[in-house]
Amino acid sequence: MCQLVSPEGDHLGAALYLPQNVGPSQLQEIVNHLLHNEDKLPYAFYIGDEELSIQLGAYMQQKNANVEVTLRIVCQPQAVFRIRPVNRCSATIAGHTEAVLAVSFSPDGRCLASGSGDTTVRFWDLNTQTPLFTCKGHKNWVLCFAWSPDGNHLVSGSKSGELILWDPKIGKQLGTPLTGHRKWITAVSWEPVHLQAPCRRFVSASKDGDARIWDITTRKCIIALTGHTNSVTCVKWGGDGLIYTGSEDCLIKVWETSQGKLIKTLQGHGHWVNSLALSTEYVLRTGAYDHTGKTYSTAEEMKEAALTRYKKMRGNAPERLVSGSDDFTMFLWEPTISKQPKARMTGHQKLVNHVYFSPDGQWLASASFDKSVKLWNGITGKFVAAFRGHVADVYQISWSADSRLLLSGSKDSTLKVWDIRTRKLKQDLPGHADEVYAVDWSPDGEKVASGGKDRVVKLWMN
Amino acid sequence: MPQGDHIELHQKRHGRRLDYDERKRKREAREVHRRSKEAQKLLGAKGKRFAKKRYAEKAQLKKTLKMHDESTSRQKIDDDVQEGALPPYLLDRDQTQRAKVLSNTIKQKRKEKAGKWDVPLPKVRPVAEEEMFKVLRTGKRKTKQWKRMVTKATFVGPGFTRKPPKYERFIRPTGLRFTKAHVTHPELKCTFNLDIISVKKNPNGPMYTSLGVMTKGTIIEVCQGFHLCMKVLVLQHAANTNNETFSFYGMPLKVHHILCMLLSH
Repeated sequence: MCQLVSPEGDHLGAALYLPQNVGPSQLQEIVNHLLHNEDKLPYAFYIGDEELSIQLGAYMQQKNANVEVTLRIVCQPQAVFRIRPVNRCSATIAGHTEAVLAVSFSPDGRCLASGSGDTTVRFWDLNTQTPLFTCKGHKNWVLCFAWSPDGNHLVSGSKSGELILWDPKIGKQLGTPLTGHRKWITAVSWEPVHLQAPCRRFVSASKDGDARIWDITTRKCIIALTGHTNSVTCVKWGGDGLIYTGSEDCLIKVWETSQGKLIKTLQGHGHWVNSLALSTEYVLRTGAYDHTGKTYSTAEEMKEAALTRYKKMRGNAPERLVSGSDDFTMFLWEPTISKQPKARMTGHQKLVNHVYFSPDGQWLASASFDKSVKLWNGITGKFVAAFRGHVADVYQISWSADSRLLLSGSKDSTLKVWDIRTRKLKQDLPGHADEVYAVDWSPDGEKVASGGKDRVVKLWMN
Repeated sequence: MPQGDHIELHQKRHGRRLDYDERKRKREAREVHRRSKEAQKLLGAKGKRFAKKRYAEKAQLKKTLKMHDESTSRQKIDDDVQEGALPPYLLDRDQTQRAKVLSNTIKQKRKEKAGKWDVPLPKVRPVAEEEMFKVLRTGKRKTKQWKRMVTKATFVGPGFTRKPPKYERFIRPTGLRFTKAHVTHPELKCTFNLDIISVKKNPNGPMYTSLGVMTKGTIIEVCQGFHLCMKVLVLQHAANTNNETFSFYGMPLKVHHILCMLLSH
C-alpha cells in the first residue's frame, strides 16, 4: 500500500496497492501517467530520505517494514538531460600574470570570463581555448564579477571599490568606472531577467558596509542600502524582487528594491555570514537559457521564457535562503514568511565558506574549511551526506546543470567531482599547481573552468 | 658689532637717511644674487662651510613646502597593486593559519633533523679515554701532564688552525688527519672515495664530536659527486645552507665501513 507524494507534500493521486516486484522504473511510469506528462520525465524516489533503487519487495524485506502501514514515496523530478562528469583537463590557458580570483561562464554557456589580481578581466574563447579579450581598466585586483542574466553585460568589482561595465562581445569597457564604494567590492548580483529585460540594474556589496543598487543605463548609483555595521560579504537579488545581504556583523538583511527600504533583519548567526544561497539561484543566473540551447532575439521573449522557468522552478513554495557562517553552522530561512530560521544545519567543524543550492533546489551543498563538503536536503535542511576527500580547506563549489554532480575546488589544488546519487567521489581532478580559488560549471554542462593561485585558467571536459 | 648704544641713540635723535627704506629694499633684493655668487665663488674651508649651511637650509625649506602641500582631502584608496591577490572570501582572513602551518613544518623538520642523526647503529662499545688519548708530558722537567694526543683518526676541516701550542690541550697529529673517506654502499656494493665535510656526531660524547675524532659509530658528512646516480644513499648536506631543506636520499651508510677501508689524505 503506497502513497506517492511530491516533494512539497502534495499527494499524487490516491493510495495504490503495488505489487512487490515494482521497481523505480515502473514507479516512474506510474508517476508520469498520474501527472499526465507527455514526455517520460525521470524521477527519483525516496522513502524516508533514502533513495529507492531496488524493487519494493526487496526493500520492504530489508527494512522489515510493516506491510499494513501506507508507505509514503516521495517522487523527486530529475533533470531530463544527463551531464557527463568531467574527467580530463582539456586546456590550461595561461595569460593572467597574477592569481585568478574569479571565473564564470556566461548564462548561455558560450563565453568564459575570469578576473584576476593583475587587475584585468579576460575573456576566453571556448572553442579554441585561447584568450579572446583582455580588458584593462581596473586599478587594483578584480575581486568579483557577474554576468547579466541576458548575457549582454558583465560588471566587475575591484579592490579599489570601483565597478566597471564591460561588453563581452567586443571586450570593451562601457563608460567610466562606477565609483561610490569606499572600500573593496565583495559581491555583485544582477536583477533577474524575468523582472526586467533587458537587464538594467545590479547590486554590489562592499567592505565598507553598504550595498548599492546601480543602473547601467544612467550609470549611477540609484540607491544605497546602508544599515550593516560591518563589511557586507555577500549579496543576492532574489526572484521576487528582494535583495538579501549577508554581512560580517552576523546579520542578514532583506531589502526591497524600489526604495531601498529594509524589510527584515534575520538574526541568528554568531559570527560572520560568509555566503548566501537562494533556492532559485541557478535559474536566476541562467535567466532564459536552459539545456536546450535556445537563443532569444528580443528582450520580451527572454523575459517571458525566464519567467516561465522561474515559476516552474519555484512552484508554490516560497523562496528559500541559506546562509553559511563562520560560526560553523548554516541557517535555512524562508524570509518571505518569517524571521525565524526554518532549520539550523550544524555539523561542520570549521567555518562554512560557500553554500550553493542545486539547480533543481532539492539539494544544498556547503563547502567548509574543515576539508569536507556536506550535502543537505534543500527543502528541510536535514543532513544527508558528507563528502570527504580534500586534504585542505574547500573554497568553492559548483553544481552541474542536472543536479546530479557536484564540483568542489580546494586549497589543496585539486577539484573533485562528487556523485549525488551514490554520495561518493566520482572524479578527482588534480592538475593545478596551487590553491584553486574559483570553479564554475558551464550551464550546458560541457565544460568546467577553474582558476587559482597558479595564474592559469584550466578547462576540464569529458 | 657696535659696543654700546651710540648708533641707536643717533637713530633716535636724528632719524634715518631719507632713502633708507629704498636702499634697504634694494639691498635685500640683491641678497639673492649675492648668495648665489657666494655659493659659486667660495672656495676652500669657507666654501665647505657655506655649502653645508646652504644644504641644511634647503632641506628645511623642502620640508616646509611639503608640509604646506599636504591637504586633508585625500584619495580614498591607495593605488598600488599588491602582490598575493586573494579572492574576496579570503581577504578579511589573516593567513595565520598558513604561518602556523609553516612554523609547524619547521618544528617538524627540526625534530626530524634531530632524529636524522639517530642512526640505527649496533650498540657502540664506548671507547675508553686511555685508548683514545695518549698523555703527553711537557714542561722543562716533563712533569706537567695536562696535554693529550689523539690516537684515532680525526678530521679537522680545511680552515683549521691550531691553537697556540702553549694553550692547546688536545693535539691532533697530522698523520692521523684525514680528508677523504672510502664509502661503501651496502646494497650496491660499490665504494666511492668522497671528501669528508664534517664530523657530525660521535657517540662517545660531544667532546669527541668537537674534536673531530672518527671512531666506530661516528656519523660524518661526505660530499657526494655529480656523476653519482640518484639511488646512492648518502647523507648529503650542503654545509653552508641556512634553510632547512636537506636532500636526504635515504638511510645513512653504516659508518663502520669507513674505518674498514681507511683513508687517503
